[in-house]
Amino acid sequence: MSTTAQELDARGLNCPLPILRAKKALNGLQHGEVLHVRATDPGSVKDFDAFCKQTGNELVSSGQNGGEYVFQIRKN
Amino acid sequence: MSNLAEKSSGNIPSELLQKHGTALDAWFDDRFAKKLKEVEESKTPSLAIIATKGTMDWAYPPFILASTASALGWDVSVFFTFYGLELLKKELNLQVSPLGNPGMPMKMPFGPKWFQGVNWNIPNAVMAGVPGFEKLATGLMKKTVKNNGVASIQELRDACVEAGVNLVACQMTVDLFGYTHDDFIPEVKDWIGAASFLPIAQKSDICLFI
Repeated sequence: MSTTAQELDARGLNCPLPILRAKKALNGLQHGEVLHVRATDPGSVKDFDAFCKQTGNELVSSGQNGGEYVFQIRKN
Repeated sequence: MSNLAEKSSGNIPSELLQKHGTALDAWFDDRFAKKLKEVEESKTPSLAIIATKGTMDWAYPPFILASTASALGWDVSVFFTFYGLELLKKELNLQVSPLGNPGMPMKMPFGPKWFQGVNWNIPNAVMAGVPGFEKLATGLMKKTVKNNGVASIQELRDACVEAGVNLVACQMTVDLFGYTHDDFIPEVKDWIGAASFLPIAQKSDICLFI
């Protein structure tokens, strides 16, 4: 059961902004809290995958919802 | 056996070597490989960038790479030298010139979709001859960036400052172009020369010249 601690609207933003904004948002979260991200940049799918691998944050889910990409990232 | 190997600090008695040499080798190879992997995995990746250009288009690579690398948790240092100092000015006033820049797409960031898709091939002679063309091109580039949700240079630079990217600048260039430290943002960590940056570059995993 993951509780979304914060929502990040990164729609309309292009590389590297979704990652930069997510990093900033994650800084404000506690360990275990989940950041819910919405983006329209197709490149963000691979970017968030790499970002989570590099930073050790957990990519809980990565999917598409209509024209948007939706990510859930749990802070490690 | 490993106890003896440690205590003997490299000088393993020959009788022991004769008796246990192969096992010792195997143990060491295995242990060494594991240790190496451990060290490598716990190491923080590092990026060093030498930024030498001062136009809007060339400002993007160093700031995007530096901000993204630091978002990934890397250690990042950027050495601004020569025209790269423009990127550290308090008031950013970066221009871009299409003159002699055949790689630049010249598309209008306004109008109906079909119009925006047209790539205008303007001869160098026209671009050089028309006053204010560079200002126009810079304005259009800025609009294009904004239209596409791409960060402005100001935003990327702020992200770098916030992330603690090591921004250092070339003192020689300051003297060369008659600048003072006051012309630049206060977040510049140090004013150095090549001899000071080279060791940083040497230790980094990636060093880029932009």
